[in-house]
Amino acid sequence: MTVQPSQITERERQPDAGLQTSGEPVVRIVDIHKDYYLGSVVVPALRGVSLEVYPGEFIAIMGASGSGKSTLLNLLGCLDRPTRGQYYLGGRNVANLSDDELSEIRSRYIGFIFQSYNLIPQLTAFENIEVPLYYQGNVSPESKQRVVELARLVGLERWLNHKPTQLSGGQQQRVAIARALINDPYIILADEPTGNLDTSTSYEIMKLLVQLNDMGKTIIMVTHEPDIAAYAKRAVHMRDGKIIKDEPITQRRVTSDGPVPAGAQLTASAGQDAGE
Amino acid sequence: MSAGPSLGLVVQMGLKSLWMHKVRSLLAGLGIVIGTAAVISLLTIGAGSRKEALEAIKALGATNLIVASVKPPQDSSDATRRARILKYGLTWEDYERFAAIPTVWRALPIRAFPAEIWYLENKFDGRVVATTPRYAEMNRLHLLSGRFLTDRDEDTFDNVAVLGFDVARELFRYEDPIGKSIKMGNHYYRVVGVMDYRIPSAGIGGSLAREDYNKDVYIPLSTCRARFGAWIIDRRSGQFTAEELELSQVTLSVRDVDDVRPTAAILKTLLEKYHDQPDYQITVPLDLLEDAERTALLWAVFLGVVAGISLLVGGIGIANIMLATVMERTREIGIRRAIGAKQRHIAQQFLVEAVILTAIGGVVGLVLGVVTPELIAFVADALFDYQVRTQILWWSLPMAPAIAVVVGVLSGLYPARRAALMDPIEALRHE
Ligand SMILES: Nc1ncnc2c1ncn2[C@@H]1O[C@H](COP(=O)(O)OP(=O)(O)O)[C@@H](O)[C@H]1O
Ligand SMILES: [Mg+2]
Repeated sequence: MTVQPSQITERERQPDAGLQTSGEPVVRIVDIHKDYYLGSVVVPALRGVSLEVYPGEFIAIMGASGSGKSTLLNLLGCLDRPTRGQYYLGGRNVANLSDDELSEIRSRYIGFIFQSYNLIPQLTAFENIEVPLYYQGNVSPESKQRVVELARLVGLERWLNHKPTQLSGGQQQRVAIARALINDPYIILADEPTGNLDTSTSYEIMKLLVQLNDMGKTIIMVTHEPDIAAYAKRAVHMRDGKIIKDEPITQRRVTSDGPVPAGAQLTASAGQDAGE
Repeated sequence: MSAGPSLGLVVQMGLKSLWMHKVRSLLAGLGIVIGTAAVISLLTIGAGSRKEALEAIKALGATNLIVASVKPPQDSSDATRRARILKYGLTWEDYERFAAIPTVWRALPIRAFPAEIWYLENKFDGRVVATTPRYAEMNRLHLLSGRFLTDRDEDTFDNVAVLGFDVARELFRYEDPIGKSIKMGNHYYRVVGVMDYRIPSAGIGGSLAREDYNKDVYIPLSTCRARFGAWIIDRRSGQFTAEELELSQVTLSVRDVDDVRPTAAILKTLLEKYHDQPDYQITVPLDLLEDAERTALLWAVFLGVVAGISLLVGGIGIANIMLATVMERTREIGIRRAIGAKQRHIAQQFLVEAVILTAIGGVVGLVLGVVTPELIAFVADALFDYQVRTQILWWSLPMAPAIAVVVGVLSGLYPARRAALMDPIEALRHE
């Protein structure tokens, strides 16, 4: 069976969610501050960060350790609330939502990829990809089909019944990527996605992310390695909780397949072993 | 608003997590298994022995009073005891006095002593019970064949005998005993009836001896006085003891339960007046019954406390291990929160795991609790020839696992809350 792009990207958008992406930035943060309190000591992790991310972008957030990259990514991922400032995700201000509402936002509009894969050990690869749907009460024969399609997209269709411990690091990260895609999120957030992988596996994973970006996925990735950042299209440099430089990447690394027009890549990759 | 995962899915995920940590789940559930099994076993055995005691007492009759002869404590040396024949116990005069008490409407004299019973060359070591025709009725004994003693036997001093079930079976095997002659002492008796089997009654504390009616041979009292005389000589198994005993027991009936206590008081006064040694004992089944019911109540309270403690310990075990589980799975909690789980989804997950654990533990405990008393009864019977009565209290079967599940919810609440309130970012950073 040939997988059409629409099958991967199409989903039932909640009409009441009020998120729109056309033409507008999918992410817009305005003068975000984040303070941590260690007893009576205030640690300002973010000190006035503003950023706009448009659909289809691939951003690398770079900077020294402690510069606030992870803090920024956690805020973008609605895992935390800013001390001050606004955050519009798909046009909706999500800076001051309740814990439940933030969970709902994460569940529907955000996909996470972590440095240490973060799969659930007692679940199979299939179930790990499927878990985000559990919390939407959205498991159906169609969604199961979608899990299989995504597994095929990341090249793991033969490993679906394996537990994380039976998979290599690269394979686990592929499962994590498929999991991040299952909700067809607005943004994919990746914190050092290749931090635990060797060079050649890192390359494979970056190739996959580039491919997803080519399919239209918006990706925001934290890394401190310039080599890895070079796969992105735009680099945001941070220091001491502020953005000090924000520029397009001119000498972008290309994967061996090269950038391919969106849609064509998906069909070729996902449907390679099926007849038309 | 989204519905969240279905219960079936949550249970399925819970089972996977529990299965992943098999040993830990086993240890956590064990407390509940043992608690539930202990409660049901104790209730079953408790109810069984209580029922047995109550049955035994009721068989004696709540409106009966039993006065029995007892051998008085002997202070003389062996030599002097051998020299004379011990005379003690109830007399016919006592019997007449008892029968004259206005509240007593029936008085049943009994003279019982061990004897060798012969049929041809077969011998049976049993007991002669000389009594009146009312004995069968007052002791709720039933005939298997033939007839019981009659007033005519009593009047004519007839040598007739009614055999207890075991006596008939041991002496006659495949023959019909009716009409045959048995020998006791120096006399022959014609068998006129055989009694049906009667489960031996249990002894109750120190106040009532265990009674086996199946080894008895019944003869008329008048006949006994004429044939055996006043002495009772026991020559069984090579021993030789001789006693002078007129009556071994008098059973009195009053018409109304309210008459039991006043009658007992009169009995006591009479006996104290005419006996200068304590060679008698008054047994009031009604008192025993009330004692037994009081004991039953105490037993129930005790069981309740034991049940409470064991389930509390089980609950603490579950809470403890669930807490450790939550800590160990902090990262998993962070992952689930990051991919969209709400606080209540996390709480639900751990609560369901606790409940699955206790529910399974409760059901396993239920099965164990039903099987164990039967096993105890079987082993006690096979190894020690000791009868343990069991009676399953049907209300305890659904109740015990239900309480276990309630314990599961209560002990799972705190760990589940801890899990739900974790900060997702902290949880994700957890090693
Ligand atoms: N939970 C926290 N409590 C207190 N301080 C924190 C916490 N998280 C991060 N910080 C501080 O905030 C600053 C930014 O941290 P982080 O965003 O993790 O930086 P990066 O990911 O770029 O290394 C650092 O100084 C760090 O020590
Ligand atoms: Mg970091």
